[in-house]
Amino acid sequence: MTGYRLATGGSGIDRTRRLGFTFAGRPYGGLAGDTLASALIANGVGVVGRSFKYHRPRGVTAAGPEEAGALVSLGEGGRHEPNAKAPMVPLVEGLVADGQNAWPSLGFDVGAINGLAGPLISAGFYYKTFIGGPRGTWTRLFEPVIRRAAGMGRAATTPDPDRYETMNATCDVLVIGAGPAGLMAATAALAAGARVILADERERPGGALLHDLSEVDGVPAPDFAAATAARLTDGGAVVLPRTTVYGHYDGRFGAVERVVDHPGDPHGLPRQRHWQIRARHVVLATGAIERPIVFPGNDRPGVMLADAARAYANRYGVAVGRRVAVFAAHDGAYRTVRDLAAAGIDVAAVVDARPAVPAAAASLAEAAGARLFAGHHVGATRGRKGLAGLTVAGADGGSIAVDALLVSGGYTPTLHLASQAGARPQWDDALAAFRPGPLPEGWTAAGAVTGRYATTDALETGAAAGEAAAAALGRTVAPLARPALAAADDAALTATAPAAPFHVAGKKAFVDLEHDVTSADIALAHDEGFQAVEHLKRYTTLGMATDQGKTSNVNGLAIMAEHLGAPIPTVGTTRFRPPYTPVALGALAGAETGAHVRPTRLTPMHDWHATHGAVFVATGAWLRPRAYLRPGEGVREAYIREAATVRTGVGIVDVSSLGKIEVAGPDAATLLDRVYANGFAKLPVGRARYGVMLREDGVVFDDGTTWRLGETRFLMTTTTANAAAVLSHLEVLLATAWPDLRVHVTSTTEQWAGMAVAGPLARTTLAATVAGIDFANEAFPFMAVREGAIGEVPVIVARLSFSGELAYEVYCGAHHGAAVWERIMAAGAVHEIAPYGVEALGTLRIEKGHVSGPELDGRTTLYDLGLERMASAKKAFVGSVLMRRPALRDPARKRFVGLVSLDGKPIRSGAHLVGPSGRSEGHVTSTTHSPALAGAEIALALLSGGPDRIGEELLATDPVRGNAVPVRVADPLFFDKDGSRMHV
Amino acid sequence: MLIPCPHCGPRESDEFTYIGDAERTPPALDAPEAVWTRYVFARRNPMGRHREYWQHTGCRAVLAVTRNTLTHEVEGCEIVGPHAATAAGAGE
Repeated sequence: MTGYRLATGGSGIDRTRRLGFTFAGRPYGGLAGDTLASALIANGVGVVGRSFKYHRPRGVTAAGPEEAGALVSLGEGGRHEPNAKAPMVPLVEGLVADGQNAWPSLGFDVGAINGLAGPLISAGFYYKTFIGGPRGTWTRLFEPVIRRAAGMGRAATTPDPDRYETMNATCDVLVIGAGPAGLMAATAALAAGARVILADERERPGGALLHDLSEVDGVPAPDFAAATAARLTDGGAVVLPRTTVYGHYDGRFGAVERVVDHPGDPHGLPRQRHWQIRARHVVLATGAIERPIVFPGNDRPGVMLADAARAYANRYGVAVGRRVAVFAAHDGAYRTVRDLAAAGIDVAAVVDARPAVPAAAASLAEAAGARLFAGHHVGATRGRKGLAGLTVAGADGGSIAVDALLVSGGYTPTLHLASQAGARPQWDDALAAFRPGPLPEGWTAAGAVTGRYATTDALETGAAAGEAAAAALGRTVAPLARPALAAADDAALTATAPAAPFHVAGKKAFVDLEHDVTSADIALAHDEGFQAVEHLKRYTTLGMATDQGKTSNVNGLAIMAEHLGAPIPTVGTTRFRPPYTPVALGALAGAETGAHVRPTRLTPMHDWHATHGAVFVATGAWLRPRAYLRPGEGVREAYIREAATVRTGVGIVDVSSLGKIEVAGPDAATLLDRVYANGFAKLPVGRARYGVMLREDGVVFDDGTTWRLGETRFLMTTTTANAAAVLSHLEVLLATAWPDLRVHVTSTTEQWAGMAVAGPLARTTLAATVAGIDFANEAFPFMAVREGAIGEVPVIVARLSFSGELAYEVYCGAHHGAAVWERIMAAGAVHEIAPYGVEALGTLRIEKGHVSGPELDGRTTLYDLGLERMASAKKAFVGSVLMRRPALRDPARKRFVGLVSLDGKPIRSGAHLVGPSGRSEGHVTSTTHSPALAGAEIALALLSGGPDRIGEELLATDPVRGNAVPVRVADPLFFDKDGSRMHV
Repeated sequence: MLIPCPHCGPRESDEFTYIGDAERTPPALDAPEAVWTRYVFARRNPMGRHREYWQHTGCRAVLAVTRNTLTHEVEGCEIVGPHAATAAGAGE
């Protein structure tokens, strides 16, 4: 192919604005309005990439998303984007593009040797060629070699620096496709007062009008399209060019809008915008894709779809070759003959497979000065890197020198979205194509997708579809005036149906260009019994490349049908699945990447922590202080110091992230009695109780303390992780199982700030700053709840202990959290109060053998955790029946124990416990260095037969991180076994 | 799939959490083990019309949704539990 820029013409380009770009490392020039494909052709670039398997040179074959040859990589670094289709890439200044699958260069490619090895990698080679041989041959030898040689573009390896965003939209009428049918449908629906979204995948609305030389309503077709789109926007329709509606999901459409092509846009626009659109009515105006013809050598650069060549001439002012031939099987292709001749391109020959060519078409060939070969076909092509000539097979055949061959076997309606929505494609013999089957309710199709290919038909069916959609929505419809089309021969040329799909037998006749599937591969699949359409597809990979068989499916089915001697519909067609064209993962992720995957929740005291040396850890959505580092300290030194401070002086920890649920109403105590394993009905006002709740299957769900603030009012706390799940659990039970209970449950997690003050000096610290509470042991006993004030701020104080020390939890309104925290810090200054983080919190609870998240892992029961005595025998509660199943009380179950390191080395969380059996008998759940136990390394674990094995020595082994520690099984209550420290 | 929440109007199913089968009655807390075992572990997987519980994350309403598991068509949706009556009143 030796394309060039025509001196005149090109309705879509601006000849005064030149753009520079780079392809395969070389600089080129193009014009504003070009695509990468049109600019490459204008520069005479024929070979754009190398094919998937055989590394054959490939060029531009189309002018739309059906492109199967010109796959390119765009951009560099994190913006690198593989497998872009050159006709779909708008040319921008500075664009950097590269061919794919070629090494060392497009012109000379080492992998082309695969072409010689063709017979080895024919259909199904994955399954047979390399099976056998010594074990590991495939993974070590063949696979890496094949992976390097075959394949598409490479993915970027660094993060994408661009921004993406998400939109949700609803409308009355969604029109998909802005060709003549879509434009008219949107106009008609808008005129009837409907809310309209019109989406189109191309750069500008207009579809086939953009490369049509005829006039609509007295103006050139592209101008008519632009004016109509502008009127739609002015009238309030949402017109989305550059937006591909790629999928239908349960009544909702996914669409990707390519907002800016220039990465790092100075206006801060996102690169792409992902739309989720729900419409009351859908107008499918997606048009049709031209069908190529399969013949030997049909993949040579220079062989292109006929209408694409017409688009390059009319819209981009680009000639695809200096001397061209057309190979066709229907009248529509003669529009290319007519328009290319009009552009001054030498059309040497028209090869038409039909013995009799209608006069309307034949006269166009004659007018173009082209020799018409009726009843002939192209038997072969020649040329080294691009097309140099072809052989016409048939009675009057011979050899013709041409540098471009324009092919058209008919059209394939673009019915992907209808198929995704469940409308099975139906074969239409008259059209020689699949049409959308019966459409879902609320869908109308218009234009070429229905198999009516004339522009006049598109304008008419589009307007009718828009009117029908508006009427179906109950709108009053005044019929729209239909635009007049001044194109005498257009209707005549599209009136006759294309010939049935056919192919020319021979070698290297490609069906699927992108995946290098030839007609011989389909014959092989047939001979080896892979004849059903789904088998054919998987065995040959036909239609499984990034173009999803847009140009290859029907030809492939037709060839299989021929082998079977059966009509095409009996072979069937595969159901199309989303996406219609590839979608970047970045567009689907939108803004929700990195730290923005979910919202970060901060406690009211967060800023204080941040300015006092805290390093944070994410626990669920919350950021909690892990430890407060002093100069010279790492996390380990800091948490050991903090834990020791709590045991000897006083510390304070932020517990605001705990879930808090207000349970209120006359039956509040009854609800608690039913959801907790232990009893709550008799809990006096002003007292708190630790509770454990189970799932219905008897496994432990969550734990926490619940405080009785009044006769009918409780404050329930949950673990940080389960706050939402516990609330929902209660709400669902109240709604579905016990609607008679008079109880409200309300999340108050964000209304309360909470902090625990723990240590032998906790009482004197709080007594110095809290007014209205007598802190004496008898007046304020363990598990009591009191109300008081710190300054002007009302607080609730509960005497609870997670650390095993004398300790209190102080709750206040969230907005006062930071002030209350600072007041307590000031009051404790004389005692050298220290804030402590979740690491020290963990140390203290491990020393006391309290269970927490790692032990409540959704598999453990009260029996496993040694908490079975908590389960009330006097009442039934959620899980009480199933927790007593015999297998759940098997002593061999993994049960809760403590571990002590025997060699003084830290035990790793997740390590497996191995005994003389050599098998894993349990695992380590929580570990710490224990300052209270003279620096011992201790851990909590779940061990088969656990409590019966106290004193046994095992190995805590962590082969992944290369660590094994000898341990002794111990009582998990390591410290202060009689609990005297918290009762002082 | 759109779920017509009686409080909030039709909303995408993304806003809801599936809870479970609404065609079964939960056993009494002290029902025999066999009854509980059947209730918890023997789940039906119906094709077609099915009544099921969903919760609307925003307004917290627990809903009984009748939908077709094959087509995702929603036939009906009502609030269950003690708030059903108040919600119906609010809609008027």
